[in-house]
Amino acid sequence: MIRFLVSRIIQGLVVIFAVITITFTLSKLVPGGAVRNERNVTEEARKAQEEYYGLNKPWLVQLGLQLKHYATLDLPDSYHYKGRGVDEIIASGFPVSAAVGVAALLIALAIGVPLGALAALRPNTLEDRASTFAATLGICTPSMVLGPLIAMLFGLKLRWFNVAGWFDSSDWVLPALTLGIIYSAYIARLTRGSLRETLAQEFIRTARAKGSSETSVVFLHAMKLASLPVLNYLGPAAAGLLTGSFIVETIFQLPGLGQFFIAAATNGDHQLTIAISTFYAALIVGFNLLVDILQAVLNPRIRLQA
Amino acid sequence: MSSTPAQSLSPLRAAWQRLMRQRLNAWAFWFLVVLVVLCGIGPELSPYDQSEQNLELKATNPSIAHWLGTDPLGRDMLTRILHGGRVSLEVGLLATAVASIMGVFYGMISGLAGGRIDSAMMRIVDILYAFPFINFVILLMVIVGREFWLIFVAIGAVEWLTMARVVRGQVLALKNLEFIIAARASGAGFWHIVWKHLLPNVTGPVIIYASLTVPGVMLLEAALSFLGLGIQPPDASWGVLIREGANSMETYPWLLLYPGVFFSATLLALNLLGDGLRDAFDPKSMSQQ
Repeated sequence: MIRFLVSRIIQGLVVIFAVITITFTLSKLVPGGAVRNERNVTEEARKAQEEYYGLNKPWLVQLGLQLKHYATLDLPDSYHYKGRGVDEIIASGFPVSAAVGVAALLIALAIGVPLGALAALRPNTLEDRASTFAATLGICTPSMVLGPLIAMLFGLKLRWFNVAGWFDSSDWVLPALTLGIIYSAYIARLTRGSLRETLAQEFIRTARAKGSSETSVVFLHAMKLASLPVLNYLGPAAAGLLTGSFIVETIFQLPGLGQFFIAAATNGDHQLTIAISTFYAALIVGFNLLVDILQAVLNPRIRLQA
Repeated sequence: MSSTPAQSLSPLRAAWQRLMRQRLNAWAFWFLVVLVVLCGIGPELSPYDQSEQNLELKATNPSIAHWLGTDPLGRDMLTRILHGGRVSLEVGLLATAVASIMGVFYGMISGLAGGRIDSAMMRIVDILYAFPFINFVILLMVIVGREFWLIFVAIGAVEWLTMARVVRGQVLALKNLEFIIAARASGAGFWHIVWKHLLPNVTGPVIIYASLTVPGVMLLEAALSFLGLGIQPPDASWGVLIREGANSMETYPWLLLYPGVFFSATLLALNLLGDGLRDAFDPKSMSQQ
């Protein structure tokens, strides 16, 4: 267990430093720099700024400085939002993305798992067909179509919620609903497939043979194993959800991390681009690790291997 | 091998027959054929150009002259949707081709090499899995901007990881089977074994996974175009059209609805076909369901 954790943490650090290096290199390739793009800047002022951010140094030195910033957790300032550290900006955008993401995840589980379980328990019935069809439909509806439709229905027609923005305490509902419906479709499909496979296994027959009730067979014995593929999918999906889908934040104009990232990438705010990419990478690494540990806890056959 | 006794069918032919026996799969297949033909020749047959504006007309409902109406700039929607479909399908197919070639090569080498090389190569894939690729793609879009073909390369370069894993698994399972050992024992060269024995046997999984990659890639392209980072107007892809439709949905909801329906129907057909192919190549999984 400890060997596993150490090896995974080292692997995670490799990912994070690779991401810093790659985003740094990519952002150096973006035409025009942060300082160069600004108008009405005298040559001297520009030089002074480049000096301040260390932009006049050779590439490798700059990369070294970047890595040092992250290694010592002393994060640099944004180019665009003068005087604000990139960590401050992430701290302002992440709660928005996280609020929508957590709500979406809960909605997705609340719809997806029962729908998939229902289909798996009554194979080839009308319920199975209907729920499978609904799930397939959900998978094939892109968020950029579903989002505007939801905004139109609940925002413009029914006027239950704001169409866009982040002002009222209920503004997370529509974006979370959009993401939740789409992810629930995947979850329903995975649940159905893995629950059916699990129910056909020997240990289920054993459980039935020793007289367990059907409820206990399904929920205590089968669900535990059947949830593994769902968990496996949830690792990357949760990281994606929490960091906020770029699309949904654009549709509903939420000041989340995705919006900051797109703005930073197009403005040439490289410090922020690097910081947000690194933050995403850290989240993905963290969630994957969490999922692996949970899987080992749920399935005694899985051993954590370094 | 084949489920139909007494006649010898190649595995591909047998899989094809199993695929088309399901009515839903056949529908999905013919829908895609019709769509490809329409998107291929439709924009040429149409009396309008996809970017031809008619500012007097503005947005109109469907009519005999404009079967799906026009957008606020008076452009013919049907022509634009078919043209956009062509762009989206091209991106989907080309990026999938890039991803498949990369994945097959990588997986094949990893699986054949085995041992240390294999575990090092797979460790690299593990590490790449944790990358926030959407960020890289967005940055790449900002860098290469309006270069259409680079979009496929960027997207394809992201999507090969799972393909590599699938192929490697298959190669690992195959390479110690008797027929490969027999081929080696009878003096077959390395490339002969790869070409004649391994490649045909990984075709099935590659086709299945590729067919499931196409909709994923199309979604990614649409997402980028929707964010204003992919295909640039006045050129159209389904992502661009959906973006334009979403901007004017209050007044002209059909501008969102039409491209949305086309896009969803295509994704549905591709997904059905992908699932169908999986069942067709692996009769075991079908009998379970």
